[in-house]
Parts: sequence; structure tokens; C-alpha cells
Amino acid sequence: MGIISRGFGGRRRESVPGLPPGQYLTHDFPVLSAGPTPRIPLDRWRFTVTTETGEKTSWDWKEFQALPAEDVTVDIHCVTKWSKLGTTWRGVSIETLLENVDTVAEYSMVHSFGGYTTNVPLEDLLDGKAWIAYQFDGEDLHPEHGGPARLLIPHLYFWKSAKWVNGLQLMPEDEPGFWEAAGYHMYGDPWREQRYQGD
Amino acid sequence: MTSTPLDGSSTAGGGLPLDGNAMAGDLREIFAVDVTAARYVCAGCTHTDAVGTLMVWPHSPGLVARCPHCSDVVIRVVRAPGRVFLDLRGSVRLEVPLEGG
Ligand SMILES: [Zn+2]
Repeated sequence: MGIISRGFGGRRRESVPGLPPGQYLTHDFPVLSAGPTPRIPLDRWRFTVTTETGEKTSWDWKEFQALPAEDVTVDIHCVTKWSKLGTTWRGVSIETLLENVDTVAEYSMVHSFGGYTTNVPLEDLLDGKAWIAYQFDGEDLHPEHGGPARLLIPHLYFWKSAKWVNGLQLMPEDEPGFWEAAGYHMYGDPWREQRYQGD
Repeated sequence: MTSTPLDGSSTAGGGLPLDGNAMAGDLREIFAVDVTAARYVCAGCTHTDAVGTLMVWPHSPGLVARCPHCSDVVIRVVRAPGRVFLDLRGSVRLEVPLEGG
């Protein structure tokens, strides 16, 4: 996908290094929702990892908060073409959550309160590439942005960073999630402009 | 065809759904009939009504139309350059009225 042909469209926005092809820079934080915003009381929050053999490991909010957290600054890229650079988050890496989980699975399905799902290859969740984030910009994550906690996987389009997460299902085969089943790309690399199926 | 936020307010924020007429434009490009007048049967709860009465969340990577009775997703519409994806797995069937039928 050429940057040159994209630039020809006339809608010339701020040109900034660090922007994947076809993206423009935004300074606010647009709210995209596929349904009503769930309000999850912290005493009812729980995150569960389920392996391909059905073995479950789960954390309630207190246990989750006791895990070692990291502060990260990352760029995020939405498939609706806005990008936001240098966003700051605090969360627990997926690597930390999977430390004592025994699996040979290569794929995963991320599950959310409200029924949203998205699929991510397991290797994309490891090595400090993904977190369950519970703070944005130094404050508790607002429900509109996925609070109490959301997936943060900045190297893929932001629909993969599921809001209101409550589980990770490890799978031997790849399966489409909510948007992937409806026409969006199975992987969603913004640098290769993998927006839709067939891209 | 106009769409109105279902709570009657005039500000369409990210969290507020519109009614099913918000899908009229995209669906008119696919079908030769007005699908908002068609009746859906919700796969989640078998509730049935006109497509125009679904709750539509337009501020997302696609249009998400939910059943007003059980809030399950009935129709998803994803627009890509040169194509439209229509995901109907949440509807058991669509009953489309035909002119002069
Ligand atoms: Zn229903």
C-alpha cells in the first residue's frame, strides 16, 4: 500500500512520522462502542485464562492488582483511521498472567463483559507486546474506554485491544472474533494496512 | 430517512444507539428493497419486529444492530472500500415485503 497514492486523495492531514499508512493524527480519544457500556463493580470483576485443555486460572480484582504492573507509553492506531501517539498506560503484561499457565496453544480468543470477542495469535500477546491495562494517563480507566480493565495490544489495530476484558481462551486453531467474523482482518497489522478480509 | 437516538436526546455520543433506520443507506446499496421495513427474528430470543426498530451503534468499526428485547447482536454491517460485509448470524430470518406481493 503506497503512502503516495494515499496522499493523493486530497484530504491532507497532519503528516507525522510514526503514522502507519492511511492514518491521521488525533489528540482526543474517540470512543467507539459496539453496544452499551457495561458497568462492572470491582467486587464482581474477574479475569480467567482458560487453556486448550479446559484448565482455568483466574484472578479477582484484588489478586490482579497485586500482580507486578508496568507503565508503558505506546502509539495506538484505530482501523477507523485515527492514531494517537505517546499514550501512557499502566497494566499487567499477559506474559505475567501466563507465567504459570501450561499451554501449547498458538492462538487465543479475548473475551469481554458484554460478549465482545477478538482473536489474537498467542505469540503477539507475549514478550512485552500486550497488557491488561487498568490506568490511562495516570488515572483509573474510565468505563467508556474499557474500564475497569482492557487489553492493550498497540502493534495491532485498536479493535484488538478489547475493552472490559474478562477472559483469555487459548486455542489450537485460529477463530474469528466479533469484528473478524463480520469482515475485518484476522490479524490487523496497521503497518501492512490489514483492515479488511483480503487486505 | 432519518435516525434518532433512542433516548430522545439530540447529541449522538459514542455510547448512544440510533434506531435501525441508521442502516438504511448501507443496506439500500446491497438490496433492491427497503430492508428497514423487513421483519427480523432475533436468534437470541425470537423477538420479531421491523429492522428499523433495532438499536444501532454507529460509532464503531461497523454498524452493530442489537435486538431491543435481549440486546443480542442481530445484524452487523462492515463497509470496506468497494464492498460491504453483512453478518446476519444473529437473525433467524428476514421477512422482506415485496411491492405488489
Ligand atoms: Zn433478542
